Amino acid sequence: MPHLENTVLCRESQVSTLQSLFGERHHFSFPSIFIYGHTASGKTYVTQTLLKTLELPHVFVNCVECFTLRLLLEQILNKLNHLSSSEGEYSTQITCETFNDFVRLFKQITKAESLKDQTVYIVLDKAEYLRDMEAYLLPGFLRLQELTDRNVTVIFLSEIVWEKFRPNTGCFEPFVLYFPDYSIGNLQKILSHDHPPEYSADFYAAYINILLGVFYTVCRDLKELRHLAVLNFPKYCEPVVKGEASERDTRKLWRNIEPHLKKAMQTVYLREISSSQWEKLQKDDTDPGQLKGLSAYTHVELPYYSKFILIAAYLASYNPARTDKRFFLKHHGKIKKTNFLKKHEKITSLVTLQLLTLVGHDDQLDGPKYKCTVSLDFIRAIARTVNFDIIKYLYDFL
Amino acid sequence: MATSSVSKGCFVFKPDFKKRKISVPIEDYFNKGKNESEDSKLRFETYQLIWQQMKSETERLQEELNKNLFDSLIEFLQKSHSGFQKNSRDWGCQIKLREIPTAALVLGVNVTDHDLTFRSLTEVLQNNVTPYVVSLQAKDCPDMKHFLQKLASQLMDCNVDVQSKEKESVQVTQKKIHYSMDSLSTWYMSVTQKTDVKMPRKKRTPPSQWQSPPVVLILKDMESFTTKVLQDFIIISSQHLHEFPLILIFGIATSPVVVHRMLPHAVSSLLCIELFQSLSCKEHLTTVLDKLLLTTQFPFKLSEKVLQVLTNIFLYHDFSIQNFIKGLQLSLLEHFYSQPLSVLCCNLPEAKRRINFLSDNQCENIRRLPSFRRYVEKQASEKQVALLTNERFLKEETQSLLENLHVYHTNYFLVLRCLHQFTSSLPKYPLGRQIRELYCTCLEKNIRDSEEYASALQLLRMLAKDELMAMLQKCFKVFKSSSEKQLGNTAKRIEEFLAQFQSLDAEAKEEEEDTSESQSKGLQKTDLYHLQKSLLEMKELRRASKRQTKFEVLREQLVSFIDSLAREYLLLPETQPLHEVLYFSAAHTLRQHLNAAPRIALHTALNNPYYYLKNEALRSEEGCIPNVAPDICIAYKLHLECSRLINLVDWSELSNIPLYICATSSLSIHPMMDT
Repeated sequence: MPHLENTVLCRESQVSTLQSLFGERHHFSFPSIFIYGHTASGKTYVTQTLLKTLELPHVFVNCVECFTLRLLLEQILNKLNHLSSSEGEYSTQITCETFNDFVRLFKQITKAESLKDQTVYIVLDKAEYLRDMEAYLLPGFLRLQELTDRNVTVIFLSEIVWEKFRPNTGCFEPFVLYFPDYSIGNLQKILSHDHPPEYSADFYAAYINILLGVFYTVCRDLKELRHLAVLNFPKYCEPVVKGEASERDTRKLWRNIEPHLKKAMQTVYLREISSSQWEKLQKDDTDPGQLKGLSAYTHVELPYYSKFILIAAYLASYNPARTDKRFFLKHHGKIKKTNFLKKHEKITSLVTLQLLTLVGHDDQLDGPKYKCTVSLDFIRAIARTVNFDIIKYLYDFL
Repeated sequence: MATSSVSKGCFVFKPDFKKRKISVPIEDYFNKGKNESEDSKLRFETYQLIWQQMKSETERLQEELNKNLFDSLIEFLQKSHSGFQKNSRDWGCQIKLREIPTAALVLGVNVTDHDLTFRSLTEVLQNNVTPYVVSLQAKDCPDMKHFLQKLASQLMDCNVDVQSKEKESVQVTQKKIHYSMDSLSTWYMSVTQKTDVKMPRKKRTPPSQWQSPPVVLILKDMESFTTKVLQDFIIISSQHLHEFPLILIFGIATSPVVVHRMLPHAVSSLLCIELFQSLSCKEHLTTVLDKLLLTTQFPFKLSEKVLQVLTNIFLYHDFSIQNFIKGLQLSLLEHFYSQPLSVLCCNLPEAKRRINFLSDNQCENIRRLPSFRRYVEKQASEKQVALLTNERFLKEETQSLLENLHVYHTNYFLVLRCLHQFTSSLPKYPLGRQIRELYCTCLEKNIRDSEEYASALQLLRMLAKDELMAMLQKCFKVFKSSSEKQLGNTAKRIEEFLAQFQSLDAEAKEEEEDTSESQSKGLQKTDLYHLQKSLLEMKELRRASKRQTKFEVLREQLVSFIDSLAREYLLLPETQPLHEVLYFSAAHTLRQHLNAAPRIALHTALNNPYYYLKNEALRSEEGCIPNVAPDICIAYKLHLECSRLINLVDWSELSNIPLYICATSSLSIHPMMDT
């Protein structure tokens, strides 16, 4: 299958395993296959391309989208129904609320001429979400072949190992297939593959090489790398476009792009600034240092008394109760003096701002307990604005 | 209203608005049970008029302040969406991650004000970008299902008011459907395609510039959303982005770091976040004060104490502009309610007209005003008699006094602004950075007596020329911008000062040459002793000459000029006769109303129901609850005795509930206490 080799790179062994599992169209395949591997290791892509190129009847469902049982089952059935009915003919929406109905309806649909005598594949992407749904669902899907008595294979795609899925009862062990992470060589090959039409493959490959040199230590996510490659490519081409360097002048190109990529690692990669802002900066050729990232704005303006309540909450959350005497008798704590009006209201508003969180049960009517969730740096900044030396009052700093 | 029902139960009646209208007209509440001679109706109408004016002014201000923010937001939305449509064939865009355009809108911690901002934002977006603007609140979206349901129902509503309500029957059935992103995008496709077919339809929006207008989703309180819901939603919608062009707006109260705290990298990498910051609420307050109180446009003024109460609530408690304006409204209402003479609190010509119609009672009220009495005491004895006995004379005098008061205010604010220009940029801000601080000090006491004022003048005496020039320029602009003629002389003086400072430049150069010459002369070959001596002499000389430089003389003149302005015009309002007509000073009442302590009120109500219900049967001694008291009071009492365990027998005995009901209905205390 030469076509497949061109579109699916570096996953030859997994593809051949899958192909041999699938067998001929009319063969019964393994009832359930569990594919796992890290983010962007090609699970979805390989499965999807394989099923498409082999033109096997399949249904692809993303479990994040189907947050209720009903949505999941209906989506599978409707897609199947769409497959079985000839084109142009719109069938009605199927409703299905229980797994029992699902099995019945599934049998009905797969009776159709176009689905008969061949394996039907149901692919459940992001299968880890199944664990949060009804407990019988996962065993049900694992045994779907047995339950429906049809030629069907369920493929689970997940980033989590099978051991964390295994249900207590009714489990049928699936065929487990692991997709290992791409090696740096693999990444180089895959990323170089999608070079822009205007430039030669070698030129782009050299660029990818530099990119990986900078980013490989922090990021191995293919999607993210690809995104970064596209974002920064115009900058790499700049000397060539301006006529200052030729495509072969790798050293000069490297000197041009390397600091730029390093900056990208601190900003765009962390989503401190957005990709569109980054592109704009590139175009205007301004220094990215001028644009402050999201984390630069840590300052929060609070009303005066709220600041004190927050400081008091912080102290109460981090100092052991027995040390209260020691801190507040000696120094005549400023906090005690301030007169709190509307105290409770303010605590509630601090909770909505997520600066405090409620701990303990809410069945305690008089004396809810809260915990301060802000960081030390944050509280220090707050304390500084009201001239309160918080370090002096913290047990950890004695 | 009669109901017929076999069983006992609660019946909810929707209020009948027609019946309400027959009730007492509001202005009657202004009577205070006294006779009607005190123009209560007129006062109420004046109040309404002034409040309307103030309200529309604040709304206008709000709009103005939001304009910058909204404009940049709209630009971002349009840009990101059009880029989204245009580049879809580009090489890069096919490979690049599809990021959801996201605006992180930092609005500050005054959450109560956000609603208004979001409402106007929605309106602006609907008029300029897309009809599909939806805003969600965290409390409506505990999980994905509710999230999508809310989103869908609001989206379809957006559509309904654009189209005619032809599909109302469909709407009802749609409520039952479990929405998924899939169904939403199919809905979106069907709607946008339909609009293409039937183009010539009247729309209130011009967004048909795009075939597929974006869907803008505003998350009002980003911090309160559960992270899981948010993450899942972002993941899902990023997968449907090509068919459902979503744009997110996060309303953030604290700081944008919260985005990273809530969303892991895998999710935040699906967003293309840009930051937008609204004006700080303190600046907002300053503008509001500037436009509502530091102006002659509105006759109504606040005394120092009242202003202090309002700003303290703002700065120390809530940072909420809405609350501040409510407080202002309350003071306005209270002023017109409690002060009979507030009928004269309107624009000058109208006030003069009204004086002519004042009743005898009102005249007596004027005579009773402390400020007026003080004024009378200063007059010659004949005039005193006339003022106290002759109504007509009194009215004429009142007219002129009122006019004086208005002139006083015009000058006051001009000079205040002028002084602010000089003091607002001094090191350490002795008189405050904001004009409201200066205003408060001026209202509190005679400003020239304060230490801060003295130190500010001292600092002014040390400023360099260009700083002074800049201040003068600004000051000049202040005077220029006001149309009033009263202080025309001052404006001229400032202009003169400016010209003098400018002419200094030329002279200074000449002087410099002189000194350098003398220096070169002075340093001839001498022994050490002589050198020292001559150097000392030179130093002395320089100091002496410094005292004399024209610049310093001029600076001194300027400072004393400013001082004279302050002396002449920044007088305390209390020194002005009839100030009670315009100034509201009952800070105590205001504080009572605004600093309500709901916990204490609740405690009183539960602990001593007689306090509010005024039912004689409930009158009881301290610490014991009669068994006729409402059940909730009894429950509260028992709860106070022991908060975790409540004796059901006690309860049932006290509130006459047969015990078996308690036993069978697994009575839990919590629902009771929640009510």
